[in-house]
Amino acid sequence: MTKTWNNKAWFMVLPVLLLVAFNAVIPLMTVVNYSVQETFGNNLFFFEGVRWYEEVLASSRFHAALGRQFLFTFIILAIEIPLGVAVALAMPRSGPWVSVCLVFMALPLLVPWNVVGAMWNIFALPDIGLLGRSINALGIDYNFTQQPLSAWFTVVLMDVWHWTSLVVLLAYAGLRSIPDAYYQAAKIDGASRLAVFRYIQLPKMSRVLTIAVLLRFIDSFMIYTEPFVLTGGGPGNATTFLSIDLVKAALGEFNLGIAAAMSIIYFLMTLLVCWVFYTAMTNYYDGER
Amino acid sequence: MAQVKQDAARNRGILLRDSGPAQAAAGASDRAAGTRARRRRGREGGGFWWIVPTLYIVFLMLPIYWLINMSFKTTNEILGGFSLWPQNFTIESYVEIFTNPVWYNGYVSSITYVLINTVISVTVALPAAYAFSRYRFLGDKHLFFWLLTNRMAPPAIFALPFYQLYSAIGLFDTPWAVALAHCLFNIPLAVWILEGFMSGVPKEIDETAYIDGYSWPRFFVKIFMPLIASGIGVTAFFCFMFSWVELLLAKTLTAVDAKPIAAVMTRTASTSGYELGLLAAAGVLTIVPGAVVIWFVRNYIAKGFALGRV
Amino acid sequence: MARIKLKDIRHAYTANPASDADYALKRVDHVFEDGGAYALLGPSGCGKTTLLNIISGLLRPSEGAILFDSQDVTDLATEERNIAQVFQFPVVYDTMTVYDNLAFPLRNRGVPEDEVARRVREVIAMLGLEGQARRRARGLTSDEKQKISLGRGLVRADVNAILFDEPLTVIDPHLKWQLRTQLKELHHRFGHTMVYVTHDQTEALTFADTVVVMYEGEVVQFGTPEELFERPSHTFVGYFIGSPGMNLLPARVEGRTAHLGSQTIELPGAPGALGAKRLELGIRPEFVRLGREGMPVSIRKVEDIGRKKIVHVELEGENIAAVIDEDLEVPAEPRVSFDPAHLSLYADSWRVEMEARP
Repeated sequence: MTKTWNNKAWFMVLPVLLLVAFNAVIPLMTVVNYSVQETFGNNLFFFEGVRWYEEVLASSRFHAALGRQFLFTFIILAIEIPLGVAVALAMPRSGPWVSVCLVFMALPLLVPWNVVGAMWNIFALPDIGLLGRSINALGIDYNFTQQPLSAWFTVVLMDVWHWTSLVVLLAYAGLRSIPDAYYQAAKIDGASRLAVFRYIQLPKMSRVLTIAVLLRFIDSFMIYTEPFVLTGGGPGNATTFLSIDLVKAALGEFNLGIAAAMSIIYFLMTLLVCWVFYTAMTNYYDGER
Repeated sequence: MAQVKQDAARNRGILLRDSGPAQAAAGASDRAAGTRARRRRGREGGGFWWIVPTLYIVFLMLPIYWLINMSFKTTNEILGGFSLWPQNFTIESYVEIFTNPVWYNGYVSSITYVLINTVISVTVALPAAYAFSRYRFLGDKHLFFWLLTNRMAPPAIFALPFYQLYSAIGLFDTPWAVALAHCLFNIPLAVWILEGFMSGVPKEIDETAYIDGYSWPRFFVKIFMPLIASGIGVTAFFCFMFSWVELLLAKTLTAVDAKPIAAVMTRTASTSGYELGLLAAAGVLTIVPGAVVIWFVRNYIAKGFALGRV
Repeated sequence: MARIKLKDIRHAYTANPASDADYALKRVDHVFEDGGAYALLGPSGCGKTTLLNIISGLLRPSEGAILFDSQDVTDLATEERNIAQVFQFPVVYDTMTVYDNLAFPLRNRGVPEDEVARRVREVIAMLGLEGQARRRARGLTSDEKQKISLGRGLVRADVNAILFDEPLTVIDPHLKWQLRTQLKELHHRFGHTMVYVTHDQTEALTFADTVVVMYEGEVVQFGTPEELFERPSHTFVGYFIGSPGMNLLPARVEGRTAHLGSQTIELPGAPGALGAKRLELGIRPEFVRLGREGMPVSIRKVEDIGRKKIVHVELEGENIAAVIDEDLEVPAEPRVSFDPAHLSLYADSWRVEMEARP
């Protein structure tokens, strides 16, 4: 669509701008403020410059949390994206079952996040949980409150449970936007099922899939409530992801400066990744028009 | 956009020769027939395609089933052993929740702030999304990206500044505090989804309305909003959803009066020992509003994301 | 290449069609000869796309059989029928280059790569896409994309038939003409059986040797462009072909004489038994003579369309259009007469043969 140049459009954006800025800029400034100061309580603050940043970047604790974070994000993307696409491909294209599928699949998305944690806690407990009991019955020693590996398995499975449906919905919406003529043409061209996926479905889904990857990347990078309720970051620090680490630093140890500096650093990292994505995608689609 | 052009071209083509109402009706029935044909062809060759979504849904339902199962057991039974369904079926936990004002007040406040947030988000996002979909203006692309970045801010660390901010303006422990705070991530989302829907409406409609003498506000409310009604529905759904599931900020910004149901749940669970049955029943009840909302918007969910733009 | 025989094809989209009205396609029984160029012409909703999809195998007819030469292909899937089809809106594989798009149908069938290269180059040259061969299909304009869709149909040498479903809808008018000429040339060169669906009479009449006019799920005429013009077998053909369409006048017939209100017209021959059917007299505007002889009329409107004029007149309360040369004066007290050789009689919309008496 060709758009006309009109700077008065700013007035239409203004309410949004004010509301979001109120919620985003003031707290962000507060965080930046903390991140360059030292406090000893009593509202006494001392300017510390970039000391907290240096400390954070050098600390092995931050590196460990960052490493865990990246590993987690990588694993859940590697599972949720292909699984979501597979489910979307296998769903009926129309008919009464579509609504049924969608309603059931969207359900996990509407469960409050701490309830997700609590639910999985009950579900995975080795003595009274269905999952924990079943795994142990298979002869595998499983206890997510004791073993790091079990804890990781549970957290990953919980995230897959919670968020794969988002990928399914997006991928399904992308699939449904493909006109019938494409499938008919592919039949006439003698394309195999694989070729249909590779040359028709995947390209047409690329845009929604980018959105899916972006959303899942952002959200998994900020994950806090669910693993906190499920494992509390344990056992040890095994499932202490960035946000959990931040809160531990900020509230548990009351080291606001460190926590603020950490959060700024990781906000900037997320921003960088998303900016690269966003620019690449905008250029890609502008090129197409 | 290309689709609109093609449709226009096709319509023009059709107008060349057949104009009588009989033919128009025939055209409509042909289209209906086409839809039916598509439905029939939906998945040719049968096969076992349905196994994948079925297994997936079973996987999704298992933890929920377990929660429901627990909610109908007594705490003693839960801790006493393992059973796939309640041996001593009881609704004690639910009775407790519905008779204790702390619990149902939690419900009321959750729903209050979620609704306020949904109304605010959609209302302010409508004109903004229109601006992004119709006009180019100084800094528009940067502004759009900046809006989206607010989904990236880790709420964990924003909790404390939020607490200070809303205490300072005297909104702490009111539904308004939570409703406004949730605007941080819901408004960008609302703008994003609405913009996608609005871009699907041809610009000619706006121009025609202006020529017909409509003022912008009147055009927007009378003509434009009905056209994107389903988009507004989808947007409201997503705002509802994200406000309903978010808890960190909601918990931070409330103490007693406006405490959300899910927070009441965790607190009760920790203060009254390990009341698993009660916890499970509360969990089940927090899922119910979501399920009801999904049922109403089931036909629009998939559409909502597809039309969004990044 | 094959001769396509449609044997008593009927098709309904509903599962249990009860009446005729439930059928999108009411009994089609025709043969498309090998190497012929056919056009399926009709308004939207007349069933022409349904018929095309039945030929290509995208739809299975509710009743009847399709034969390619002598082989019954009714139950064969699209990919087994070895046909090519071009759709209304361009279908291109976005991520592939133009070259790979055109090579796709050949590669899927395991054609050796040197043969693929030869065929694809030939088609690229034919369509004038040499400059874009290595470009991604994504960025092309819609007529370039449609050329690729056409090309994918043409690239396979051995297809039984090439089917076109309103392929020029999205093409600019001046390119339309050019592409249509190219198609016609290709038809002459390779002799494929081609079936071309359109609602545009110009497209149909210029492309096809034989035009199949469809109306409300029925084939109303199967004939050459001349036959459609000279002897429309159904009032719909008369109305649909030609611009303006045929004049249709309600009439009573007695022997060789038709009564039009108070006027009488001598018919070229006597129709057989007509029973109580609704009768109409059909005459094309090109064969209405306007002058000082014949039946008195009053002038309604004169349209100038370049080298010709369309004169709308009123005869016995009925509107008639006449096409006359631009320089011909319309007389002050105009009268019309009909060329008896081009007069048709329709009973319940179907043409009645009139035998000339010795």
